[in-house]
Amino acid sequence: MSADTRREKAAHIRHLLDTEGENVRENASHFNENRYDAIDEFDEYEELRTTVREIKEDAIERLPELIETVTESVEANGGHVYLAEDAADANQYIENVVGDAETLVKSKSMTTEEIDVNEQLETAGVDVYETDLGEFVLQVADENPSHIVGPSIHKSRAGIAELFNEQFDPEETLETPEELTEFARDYLGERIRDADVGMTGANFVVADSGTITLVTNEGNARKSAVTPDTHVAVAGVEKLIPTLSDLQPFVELIARSATGQPITQYVTMLSPPVETPTLDFDEPDTPLSESDGDREFHLVLLDNGRTAMREDDQLRETLYCIRCGACANSCANFQHVGGHAFGGETYSGGIATGWEAGVHGQDSAAEFNDLCTGCSRCVNNCPVKIDIPWINEVVRDRINHNESTEFDFLVEGLTPDEEPGGVDLQKRFFGNYADLAKVGSATAPLSNWIAGTAPARALMERVLGIDRRRSLPEFERETLRKWFDARGGSRVSPADADREAMLYPDAYTNYIEVERGKAAVRVLEALGVAVEVPDVASSGRAPLSQGMLATAERHAHDAYADLAEHIDAGRDIVIIEPSDLAMFAGEYEKFLPDRSAERLDDNSYEIMEYVYGLLENGGSSGKLPAGDGERVAYHSHCQQRTLGLEAHTVAVLEDRGYDVLTSETECCGMAGSFGYKREYYELSMDVGSELEAQFQDEEARDRTVVASGTSCLEQLDSLLERPSRHPVQLIDPDR
Amino acid sequence: MSDVLTTFESSLDGLDVATTRTDADGFAEALDDAIREPAVGVPLGLDDVSLADTAVTVDPTATEFETARTGVTPVGAGIATYGSLAVAADAAGSEPVSLYPERHVAVLREEELHADMDEAFAWLGEEFAAGRDSYVFATGASATADMGEMVEGVHGPAEVHVVVLER
Repeated sequence: MSADTRREKAAHIRHLLDTEGENVRENASHFNENRYDAIDEFDEYEELRTTVREIKEDAIERLPELIETVTESVEANGGHVYLAEDAADANQYIENVVGDAETLVKSKSMTTEEIDVNEQLETAGVDVYETDLGEFVLQVADENPSHIVGPSIHKSRAGIAELFNEQFDPEETLETPEELTEFARDYLGERIRDADVGMTGANFVVADSGTITLVTNEGNARKSAVTPDTHVAVAGVEKLIPTLSDLQPFVELIARSATGQPITQYVTMLSPPVETPTLDFDEPDTPLSESDGDREFHLVLLDNGRTAMREDDQLRETLYCIRCGACANSCANFQHVGGHAFGGETYSGGIATGWEAGVHGQDSAAEFNDLCTGCSRCVNNCPVKIDIPWINEVVRDRINHNESTEFDFLVEGLTPDEEPGGVDLQKRFFGNYADLAKVGSATAPLSNWIAGTAPARALMERVLGIDRRRSLPEFERETLRKWFDARGGSRVSPADADREAMLYPDAYTNYIEVERGKAAVRVLEALGVAVEVPDVASSGRAPLSQGMLATAERHAHDAYADLAEHIDAGRDIVIIEPSDLAMFAGEYEKFLPDRSAERLDDNSYEIMEYVYGLLENGGSSGKLPAGDGERVAYHSHCQQRTLGLEAHTVAVLEDRGYDVLTSETECCGMAGSFGYKREYYELSMDVGSELEAQFQDEEARDRTVVASGTSCLEQLDSLLERPSRHPVQLIDPDR
Repeated sequence: MSDVLTTFESSLDGLDVATTRTDADGFAEALDDAIREPAVGVPLGLDDVSLADTAVTVDPTATEFETARTGVTPVGAGIATYGSLAVAADAAGSEPVSLYPERHVAVLREEELHADMDEAFAWLGEEFAAGRDSYVFATGASATADMGEMVEGVHGPAEVHVVVLER
């Protein structure tokens, strides 16, 4: 990526932060908080997640059979099924069905956005009206959805009022939400009454009964489906589920995951054509019972790349998506800029990368795929347990490979990674960070001085896209391993030890944040643990987050080889940097044989989790300093929270007498290398502003700041005047 | 009074939906209290009560339907934990009658209440098997937040009232 492209990208993000950021933030955060509340109150949540995951896996596995089943059941009901290969095929069929109809009303459907059916029908002379109020606003404004559930969350009430007043010139100027809603309802109500055809999507299609399920709040989908005598439902083939009983868990999960409601206002389950009398408003005196009742129903099942996704081991999971938007709502970057920043022709944010790569191709996913930082906050929030960050990393890897050129062999020979030459220099720089840190440390302090000079920063910004407003981490000349060796290794000998641990010298702890490593060694020793700090391969987190999968995999093999011997020797693997632990606990299952990944996961612990375990099992905390009520503000780490390990740090600090306040934001905004990048610096700082606000308010401003992740610490240092450190440093016997 | 009915009423209360408990004798009066005129309705299909003794117009014309303030329908089931009502998309027109007017008055027997989604789906499975395979689970008034804040009464009713015929 050129410096100009980075500048343009930064400008685009800045523009969205200024124009749409505030509305998106308010609405997405609102959905997000409601979801947490709804899930807290719902005891069956985890059990149902497992159930729906199994249903989806089974349904996608049996997809060809389910397509046959639904074709039979809909036809037996008296309807028609058309399996459309792609958008053009679907649109052609729909155009034929619509025939010489004058007006078609639609309820909200992302799948119809995917095929651009409105444009096609309008070209054919049909008036198409979106009846979902959010979609209607966008239709009037001629804009794309910024969110799959709340398509117009980027618009403010004032903005909508201005739009309506200008566009429709109503007798009385519209202002309040009630006035705007009433106007839209009346306007669209007339269109629905006049419509010849009603079009809906489908949240789920029950194959064996031919039942279209629509999950909505407004009532427009019900009206669109049953008022006109022709109903066309457009659904991706992945919406098929086998039977009615399979529908129940989805009904109980989808609204909770989407907007935090226990259930939406209307869960419509129609097996059309329905018996409901058709409503003919042109015949004012005809009673309901005498309407002709002839109804026509068409189910258009859309493939458009889905069969290929089903055969793709990495993209298949995308088809399990129920499009609740929880991944977008729990994404800190999404909360601040919304879907318009994430790009994509139809889908945007979170799982959208998988959808775009599958239905529109990689180029459509490429533009802002980097906005997924791999923080993993969406993982536990996905009701169907899709590993969304992994899909983003895979697509990023494929895009990297696509950008290769004929001179790649030159680059390939000069870089220490496994990637083709086309990989962006910036990605390569951050992806090989562990190697770089080694050199930086060996040449410190010279390397720090040079890197800190204005010409060097200008060059780094131009060539590598590292924003010059960020301070760079300073390499320590004496690494953690050197310090450890110089002091004569462990002060507790294995013979006297209760346990033995291998403290994992990740690149940050070994070369940069050396003090937290020293504190960890002393804490472990104080608890009777014999410690080793050996030379071990880096985990591969850095290349993974740049979409350099082959390099990440090579690291995984090397690291496992190094660690397995320690596990065999009865040592626990103790890790300070949460992103490395998350790698062992998560992504390694993609790179290593199951048994190896499991073995490493079973024997790995985050440092404070390990301390917690030692204390719980009778370890004496007497040698660790007491907190004496010291007030602490603690920001955990995204991936640490996904692993459920925030609580352990809090428990240990509270056990030592600290008064702990925890951060409430999804992410600090730094997310590894993300916040260093020229094009994302402003977004990173905007996301960070939430954490800054919380830690600067009255309740927190005098508190000692601690954070678990290196990049979180870097971000906190740039946001706050006061210093921050790792929580293990608070219980360091030398403190 | 059963626990299920209590739960159902409390769920409805949380949705700002009022409940009237009555029996066959008190039905006509209770229903007339629940509606805002003009009201239209579909036949209740019950043995002991009917809309014939009420102010509700059954089998309305298109004009009566369009000008009605209240739509009265029977519902096939109620789901206590959610406060949901199962409206059938039937030949009598329960679906549009429950949807178009600004107020929906639903009539159901206490026996038709189900404790939770498990029971409701078991019931729905039986209905599907009997050929009645189109239902809407309606929960509270129609709503949107698309115009800046929550507004009730969008395309569907702004008010819902439930009349329960006690055992």
